Amino acid sequence: MSSLWPRIEPLLAKVQKPARYIGCEDGAQQPVHSPGTVSWLLVYPDAYEVGLPNQGLQILYEILNERADALAERAYAPWVDMEALMRQRGVPLFSVDTHRPAGAFDMLAFNLSAELVYTNVLNCIDLAGVPVRGAHRDQTHPLVVAGGHCTFNPEPLADFVDLFVIGDGEEVAGEITQVVGQWRSSPRPMPRQAVLRELAHVAGVYVPSMYEVAYDGPRIVSVAPRYPDVPERVEKRTIADLASWPYPKRQLVPLTEVVHDRLNVEIFRGCTRGCRFCQAGMITRPVRERPAEQVRRLVREGLDRTGYDEVSLTSLSSADYSGIDEVVAGIIGDPECSGQVSVSLPSLRVDAFTVGIATEIQKVRRTGLTFAPEAGTWRMRQVINKLISEEDLYGAVDGAFSQGWRRVKLYFLTGLPTETDEDTLGIAELARQCVAVGRRHTRDASVTASVGGLVPKPQTPFQWFGQVPVAEMRRRIGLLRDATRRERGVALRWHDPEATLVEGLASRGDRRVGAVIEDVWRGGGTFQEWSERFDLGLWEQAVAARGLSFDWYVHRHREREEVLPWAHVSAGLHQDFLWHDWQDALAASGVEDCRWTPCYDCGACTGYGLEHVVASPVPPAGGSQGTGQDLSRGGAVPVELLHRRPLEAGV
Amino acid sequence: MRVRLRFGKLGKLRWTSHRDLARMWERALRRARLPVVYTGGFSPRPKLSFGLALPTGAESTCEYLDVELDQPDVDVEGLPGLLTPALPAGVDVLVAGGLEERAPSLQQEVTSCQWELEVTGWGPPELERAVGTVLQRSSLTVTRERKGHAVTDDIRPAILHLAVGVPSAAAGEPGPPPAPPAEEGEATPGPAPVLLRAELATQPRGLRPAELLCALGPGLEEVRVRRTHQWIERDGARWEPLPLGATDAPRALERVS
Ligand code: SF4
Repeated sequence: MSSLWPRIEPLLAKVQKPARYIGCEDGAQQPVHSPGTVSWLLVYPDAYEVGLPNQGLQILYEILNERADALAERAYAPWVDMEALMRQRGVPLFSVDTHRPAGAFDMLAFNLSAELVYTNVLNCIDLAGVPVRGAHRDQTHPLVVAGGHCTFNPEPLADFVDLFVIGDGEEVAGEITQVVGQWRSSPRPMPRQAVLRELAHVAGVYVPSMYEVAYDGPRIVSVAPRYPDVPERVEKRTIADLASWPYPKRQLVPLTEVVHDRLNVEIFRGCTRGCRFCQAGMITRPVRERPAEQVRRLVREGLDRTGYDEVSLTSLSSADYSGIDEVVAGIIGDPECSGQVSVSLPSLRVDAFTVGIATEIQKVRRTGLTFAPEAGTWRMRQVINKLISEEDLYGAVDGAFSQGWRRVKLYFLTGLPTETDEDTLGIAELARQCVAVGRRHTRDASVTASVGGLVPKPQTPFQWFGQVPVAEMRRRIGLLRDATRRERGVALRWHDPEATLVEGLASRGDRRVGAVIEDVWRGGGTFQEWSERFDLGLWEQAVAARGLSFDWYVHRHREREEVLPWAHVSAGLHQDFLWHDWQDALAASGVEDCRWTPCYDCGACTGYGLEHVVASPVPPAGGSQGTGQDLSRGGAVPVELLHRRPLEAGV
Repeated sequence: MRVRLRFGKLGKLRWTSHRDLARMWERALRRARLPVVYTGGFSPRPKLSFGLALPTGAESTCEYLDVELDQPDVDVEGLPGLLTPALPAGVDVLVAGGLEERAPSLQQEVTSCQWELEVTGWGPPELERAVGTVLQRSSLTVTRERKGHAVTDDIRPAILHLAVGVPSAAAGEPGPPPAPPAEEGEATPGPAPVLLRAELATQPRGLRPAELLCALGPGLEEVRVRRTHQWIERDGARWEPLPLGATDAPRALERVS
């Protein structure tokens, strides 16, 4: 099969941002296809500028291309203008590396990092010329794979995706390649179902067609394997040590504007703070830090190669990396970088120590700092287990304004379990106090409070919680608007609660929700995570047409006994652990970071024979949350915690 | 010291924008570790000044960039060899030259650009006729968009030269590379494109190739547009900001993907 470029190029003069479709990035590969090689097309089902920087995709791109038996190219969802022209002229979805048709690959592999992209997944499969439903595909079609955080509830896409990879993909991508390679090279063609059954034996691979779901009315009675050799539960894959996987080695440097346009170096994976709303934190345990020396090398080589002047040290909570201050100082002080390099740490921890680092690394371009206290009162923060005391926050804000920052942005959630109006209004109060703190240093101190609605996620303690309806979320935002309207220096921003409703449906849906996704896609509902394209009407129609209800999937509190749609997929977390943590939440009692305190036996290490891997044996200097220091300052040490496991440090 | 660079933009890279190109250059200069002078202030940027922006989708063998370097004795002749590998394939530095401290900017100096346009929609005879009609007219008033506003003015004075062309290779110029051979089941080859050569003034208000095609009549579609020269004309004399050596351009064309 040959390059589609001669048919693609004439379309480019007619579309916005044509550079989305040309490839040619530094780091892009031109793999040679041959019959003995399993070809993967790694598809990010969103616009190029969002998908290109995705680290998961870039890691697999390199790992697969290093293998002798595999190759990988990339594709991104064409924007609506391009899609219309492609459909009109019969141009299928294509790779940006060699502009090869997507249908010519052995594997169509999707990266799922947000639920609202589900309709784009269907659109990309269809644009590839492949039947959207797995049951309609035959040997001539690629296998459709999906990985990424959303696969911890794979069920809404079960009818469209042939196999899901649960957890870290580094190792399992090779194992899948081997099975598919044998299938492709076998002298007698094996039916598609046979290779899928074979793949179901690979640890961390979930093949939905090998499972039968039984219902009793709206309730799920069971999700059971159809064959005895298929595992009852699919356990996630976890790479034990990030040091063995120093990828990406050649980060792609885009030719056109993308999000996060800078060098990105992953410094650890996993998070053990235990924020109860955070799916990423729950499903990626334990913590695996990259050795400091490797971080330094990846930064130095990466900057040299790419010409970037900014590096982001990425993780779920980068200031928690043990030895973060030395690593940062090493980069800033590196004579090779001659002071021109700025470092960014996504998701700052809320304390003065972190602000010190932030000041250190952003000598120039010091505009705004962002913190995420997530809730307005200490009680509420204990419910969600984001144990930041007011002192911590004011200390951080004081540090920020005193060191020359002019703007502070605070992230909050509303729609939290047990949230009262007092808790909601606490958000306005915190923001007001932060402005007052800032005024000590600068008269035009400004604080932006950004409020999003909670979507309870599978595999978290909040998986049983009924999401707060849109109207109620609106009312709470209204309360905050009234409370902040006259506050000079406080700006309020909020996210559209309508989108959180659909996200709730896609997050905790079961297989029956797949029909809704298909209807919305057929109705033209692509790029739903783009506010200008989001269309609640399409979703409401489809839910009604399929005889389903938002109340059942989204707003209802779930019971301990019920079979959750994702129960046969495991992030290693014991259900008992999650349930007790949920009960602790309702009792407003927090738990500490298990990296520096005794283990709660959540299962993520204990169940898999893993351990936290830290770069330095000492907890991060100046740490507040997670080191046991702030529990006694911001409020009483939670009783629940003491009775569950004796706390040794008497701080 | 100030240096002026002449570079090409060819192949798939033509679909990147002027802003994209500026970012590519910033990274390339850092990769090459050239001591570029930075602007001061909150968000320092390297001091670069590009000439007239090339429309997205157009190729060129005559783009210019003036850079200020914080070092008196840079090996100017070595710059193309140093910078080209740091740039994406398709952007090649063709020539470099020193620049006087007080030399005026490219934007001020350049008076016209020469273009090669491959167009489809009309055959050579129709195109010949339309070109002849335009050239005979003493004025040609059109309404076009400038910064979001509709502007009506006479574009005839900006058309300095216009002719249906002989294939450019025959004229000793680097012409567009031959179209890739059509592969089976691929695009059905339409009628062969016709070459149009134009020299368009850049001052007082520049005329863009797409606007020229519009003025010629409906149904013309550009297949490939290439800027081949930027001219400075003063007191009857005419020269390029940096002329190409005889062998430079063909080598650049070979490198294009
Ligand atoms: S098993 Fe223990 S140490 Fe590991 S993540 Fe769970 S609670 Fe923490």
